[in-house]
Amino acid sequence: MSDLRELYQEVILEHSKAPRNYGALPTANHKAEGYNPLCGDHFTVYLDVEDGKIRDVSFQGSGCAISKASASMMTQSVKGKTKEEAEKLFAQFHKLVTGATNGDRDSLGKLAVFAGVSEFPVRVKCATLAWHTLEAALEGKQESVTTE
Amino acid sequence: MSTAANSVPQEFHPSMAGETAEFDVEKVRRDFPILQQMVHGHPLVYLDNAATSQKPLAVIEVISRYYERDNANIHRGVHYLSEHATEEHEAARRTVRGFLNAADKREIIFVRSATEGINLVAQTYGRKHVGAGDEVLITAMEHHSNIVPWQILCEEKEAHLRVIPINDRGELLMEELPKLLGPRTKLLGVTHVSNALGTINPLKKIIKIAHQHNVPVVVDGAQAAPHLKIDVQELDADFYVFSGHKVYAPTGIGVLYGKRALLEEMPPYQGGGDMIRSVTFEKTLYNDLPYKFEAGTPNIGGAIGLGAAIDYINHLGMENIAAHEHDLLVYATESLSAIPGVRIIGTAAQKAAVISFIIEGIHPHDIGTILDREGIAVRTGHHCAQPVMQRFRIPATARASFALYNTRAEVDALVKGIEKVKEVFA
Repeated sequence: MSDLRELYQEVILEHSKAPRNYGALPTANHKAEGYNPLCGDHFTVYLDVEDGKIRDVSFQGSGCAISKASASMMTQSVKGKTKEEAEKLFAQFHKLVTGATNGDRDSLGKLAVFAGVSEFPVRVKCATLAWHTLEAALEGKQESVTTE
Repeated sequence: MSTAANSVPQEFHPSMAGETAEFDVEKVRRDFPILQQMVHGHPLVYLDNAATSQKPLAVIEVISRYYERDNANIHRGVHYLSEHATEEHEAARRTVRGFLNAADKREIIFVRSATEGINLVAQTYGRKHVGAGDEVLITAMEHHSNIVPWQILCEEKEAHLRVIPINDRGELLMEELPKLLGPRTKLLGVTHVSNALGTINPLKKIIKIAHQHNVPVVVDGAQAAPHLKIDVQELDADFYVFSGHKVYAPTGIGVLYGKRALLEEMPPYQGGGDMIRSVTFEKTLYNDLPYKFEAGTPNIGGAIGLGAAIDYINHLGMENIAAHEHDLLVYATESLSAIPGVRIIGTAAQKAAVISFIIEGIHPHDIGTILDREGIAVRTGHHCAQPVMQRFRIPATARASFALYNTRAEVDALVKGIEKVKEVFA
């Protein structure tokens, strides 16, 4: 049960039940779709990017608690960041959820609650789906990304 | 093991006074070494049998004996081992013939899986008989393996795929069947038992109606073979496929049954060794059935393992297995229905021991992870039946599927596991 509590932290459950920045973004000039064929998680990430900076961000779709909470918290943490800063954050987040690092938690801020995911390798894709989708949206790719 | 010795109710046994031994689930469990382990500190509760079943010692030992003593290539050697391996392989074919009650062992084609069996029919019978503007009819509850091979065929031939709809319980709308069988319908593909919903289709009736329209029927028996007595002659099925690994045999071996007259007129599927009578660069003569469809060295050990698995099933008695599983289905359906927030997807009047369910507000993937930590293996996702999920407007389900070695105590463990899921998300 302890590693389950590690995975399903209160913050994560709360975000999955009441996701932030949820819904289409009318001012979006970038968007991408992300899909996890394994479990059917499906999200769209909307971005309003100006001068390389994420002015606004939102997401919409359905998925498990981990993927939904991760999408919600991703939108909070990249809002106002430059493209490079967001990509750097994703790289650190990826290391966190795959268990590759322990030292960078400070720079991840609230996102550190996802550390428990590293004990559940099959759930890494859930935690990173929204981030992969963000990356695709930032690069302006039109096609949908999958976690496969 | 933590399972209760008396977990199968006594009222179950009166019908079992046949020639087979009385069904004792605790004794049966001892035949499956893999079940005797702990997972995440809990006794393993394996409820993912619709994905693949576990293997009894009787099968494991036959396979290892084959590789320790008998391994050789078949149908070609004059030496002792080759003759012996050939005899064992062909004995397995006779066993499969009996399992399906086919009229002739030459109607039993060994393939890799049910999927390969369907692809074989699509690429041989289908390519020969389906042309531009023709129709292939399937149902709304098919596994992707009984959808995609027909889509590939229809795309190539500019034919159309038609679908028989299902109702909210997950039953075929039988009144639609005659309406969808038209003059251009060349084939009907239907599953015997739905992997996602558990529905047992009224196959004999379906085949009878199809035949009244001169439409041959391909049956996906992957989910039926472990649970039901199959009689292809009584059903009058034209083609019937199943996979070994779902009936306690290894992966990589499956069966295509086809009526002899149909198989005879079909072109070969793959070319190679074993499927020929003589080869020159000008002309090749194909071998007789069933070898015409068995190009290359087959999965000899797998076929022998399948034979052993069927022997094991026959020893326990399919009626006994079906009765035991039906008891589990009834008990699990009652138990899960009593949990607030749990909804069972697939409530057909005739069901195999498969329960797809969702929990309000909790994604199936999260259910699967939490149950796993309790040692309970269920499948979560779309079960390779995305159209079924679309029909019920859900992204996925959790699925508990039972086999002959499952117990009521394991159903209780599942119920407790679901309570734990709800507790985590409370």
